Amino acid sequence: MPEFGAAFAEALSLVIRLDRDLAEIVWLSLEVSLAAVFLATLIGMPLGAAVALFHFPGRKAVIVGVNALMGLPPVVVGLIVYLSLSRAGPFGVFGMLFTPAALIAAQVLLVFPIIAALTRQVVEDLWAEYSDQLRSFGAGPGRALTALLWDGRFTLLTAVLAGFGRASAEVGAVMIVGGNIDHVTRVMTTAIALEVRKGDLALALGLGVILMALSLIVNGAAFLIKDTVETRYG
Amino acid sequence: MGEGSSILPLELDNVSFEAGGKRLIKGLSHTFERALRTVIIGPNGAGKSLLLRLCHGLIGASAGRIVWHGAGGRDPAPYQGMVFQRPIMLRRSVAANVDYALALRGIRRRQRPVLVDEALVHTGLKRFARQPARLLSFGEQQKLALARVWALKPQVLFLDEPTASLDPTATHTVEEIIAAFHAAGTRIVLTTHDLGQARRLADEVLFLHRGRLLEKAPAARFFAKPANDLAEAFIRGELLWWRRGIDRREKPAGEKAID
Repeated sequence: MPEFGAAFAEALSLVIRLDRDLAEIVWLSLEVSLAAVFLATLIGMPLGAAVALFHFPGRKAVIVGVNALMGLPPVVVGLIVYLSLSRAGPFGVFGMLFTPAALIAAQVLLVFPIIAALTRQVVEDLWAEYSDQLRSFGAGPGRALTALLWDGRFTLLTAVLAGFGRASAEVGAVMIVGGNIDHVTRVMTTAIALEVRKGDLALALGLGVILMALSLIVNGAAFLIKDTVETRYG
Repeated sequence: MGEGSSILPLELDNVSFEAGGKRLIKGLSHTFERALRTVIIGPNGAGKSLLLRLCHGLIGASAGRIVWHGAGGRDPAPYQGMVFQRPIMLRRSVAANVDYALALRGIRRRQRPVLVDEALVHTGLKRFARQPARLLSFGEQQKLALARVWALKPQVLFLDEPTASLDPTATHTVEEIIAAFHAAGTRIVLTTHDLGQARRLADEVLFLHRGRLLEKAPAARFFAKPANDLAEAFIRGELLWWRRGIDRREKPAGEKAID
């Protein structure tokens, strides 16, 4: 076990020193995941709210589709994005494959179903509770939408955090569409996979520590938000 | 209260409501005239809440007509308010709850604070203005529900068992607010299980049983001598379960009609 101890010590030193390679990977990961979550929120929230409030043709298909996407293995999402972005694919002309943009695209596809599904749940529950009163005030689901999103803002924020969790923890899809190219598309998860195989446990462990901390922070934030809301707003 | 001429009278002409193949309101006709307080009584499942929802337009009738004769070409909805049995509080402050109701009515932002303030003072909620509405006690939440409607100055106010789960003190306060609505010229239509409350508030009583309007009468006459034997049994405090077999179409599943 001594080599593990040494690797761990080295890992901590990398983190504390803010090693340049490590910092670059962490920074790219955060950039990609934050951008993906932002875009996924823009797509997922209106979609979830629409499905919750309106009856339109194809609504059930959307629900099934979103739920199916949520359960899709990331490698399959990676494959789909890979094929769409590759030279022969429909979006090949943009030359996005093996760039951070491709990573973002894959993560958006992974994250928006989660945000859409959770938004749908939140908005549907709130509308069920509010509908009589709001309709009595003269507001149908369309006009009430902003109120529903506002009153559900904290729960929706936890949905976004859940999305960020999936985005930052994912490895299969970004490996396929990004190719884990050093200084270009190497993110924390793909770097760990590679470094472990190379035997560079220190860097892998250092990144692992950061991912773990990130996960703790995200879940802690989600818990705190829920807790605060329950005591402050009932 | 309420701008412009009254949207009343409200006429229900042979109104029925069905859900899941069951007729829950059966051929009900009644005209709600101006300036009276109507109290709708009857046992659970009589259709009291459904009747209010039909009148208020939250649900549509399966058959029959519901007409606001005074509305002319106007949409009658903005002239009405409703208070529910369980107060529905938005997840925001007490003041913001009232403010939002006003916003939905299209009142300008500049004009709203004064109206919010007035409604809160009127219902005794001023000191809670900044508190989250959902942390108020049940009685105070019901007062806030009344404050929201107060701010809207409706011509007609529907109240669905507004004091069903309140203690006597809170019930008294709510009844005082209802009286203030009445004094301000708002038409009151209220459902209740509480016969004492019906006596205190009613000018006119409608007695509903199993979706049928069995009796309508001025309150004094109704409480002195109801014409309908079921109504009489009800105000004597008798249970109406023994009348179960009387309406053959309303048999619970599995129960055979004995002719």
